[in-house]
Amino acid sequence: MTSIEAQGDKHRAERQAEAHGDQHDDGHDHGSVRSYLTGFILSVILTAIPFGIVMAGGFDSRFLTAAVVVGMAIVQILVHMVYFLHMNTRSDEGWTMMALIFTVVILVIVLSGSLWVMYNMNTNMMPQMNHEALGLGS
Amino acid sequence: MSTVTQTAPGDFWEVEPHHHHEGASTSIGFWIYLMSDCLMFAVLFAVFGVLGGSYAAGPGPKDLFDLELVALNTAFLLLSSITYGFAMLAMVKENTRGTLIWLGITLVFGLAFLAVEIYEFQHLIHLGAGPQRSAFLSAFFALVGTHGLHVAFGCLWLVTLMIQIRQRGLIPANRRRLACLSMFWHFLDVIWIGVFTFVYLLGMI
Repeated sequence: MTSIEAQGDKHRAERQAEAHGDQHDDGHDHGSVRSYLTGFILSVILTAIPFGIVMAGGFDSRFLTAAVVVGMAIVQILVHMVYFLHMNTRSDEGWTMMALIFTVVILVIVLSGSLWVMYNMNTNMMPQMNHEALGLGS
Repeated sequence: MSTVTQTAPGDFWEVEPHHHHEGASTSIGFWIYLMSDCLMFAVLFAVFGVLGGSYAAGPGPKDLFDLELVALNTAFLLLSSITYGFAMLAMVKENTRGTLIWLGITLVFGLAFLAVEIYEFQHLIHLGAGPQRSAFLSAFFALVGTHGLHVAFGCLWLVTLMIQIRQRGLIPANRRRLACLSMFWHFLDVIWIGVFTFVYLLGMI
């Protein structure tokens, strides 16, 4: 056996020992009946309230109704993330959380950017299009 | 040749790629796919946000949507989420029969969701409110249709997995696939929260 093979074997053995040492199942939490039921009941409540409010005609202030409905949706998304998708900062050494944070950042930029820019275009350009001043016919 | 090997590169860097057990990186890879899918939905939501008020003198949300139907659909999807969770718990306990039964129930709820959605689309098109009617309806059909298509493919995947489990049992490969579909299925429910909130509920206020 040459020295390089011996080295290779040694490293391989070390790595295997390492792999077995920190083996935590498959790195994922599968939850329990209890956690699924908790998530389910919370989701039912967080779905029933906004549907109830809107079906009953909503509050006097449309803005308040919209804010409550959107707020409930955000809370419910978090509930799903925790109880159904078992998100935590530990799985895959934190990379799933990292990917999620990155996605949320891009998502906020895409959504707020599109809505903001397009809203401005709609309100500032379309109605003020003055054809006479531009000499584009009557 | 021997003079070359004596430098023993293994001391400084790894001579061979790091070995993980098979499929160790599948879940993170699948999660990144889901995140990219999430960005695609973000764009469709943005399109709906921009065009959602452009009715082209046609029908608006209040003329078209039936909230009771949407509530029914939401219930189907939420129930399918928890039954899938129970299938995963049965899988952890090595209970093949239980896994198959819970997956079957999940499939029924998934198909019920699709049936209601297809009925809704067919009803809208029958009313003359098809995707070509206005920018609002184009954006609506693109967003809700894409979600429905995801559910349809999820159902197809579910059937495939049920056959695989019946044939080979809960082997490691099948467990991995079940875990991926679990993420996919719960993710679709999360997207649906966005759909019923921003499309249906905010449209009806």
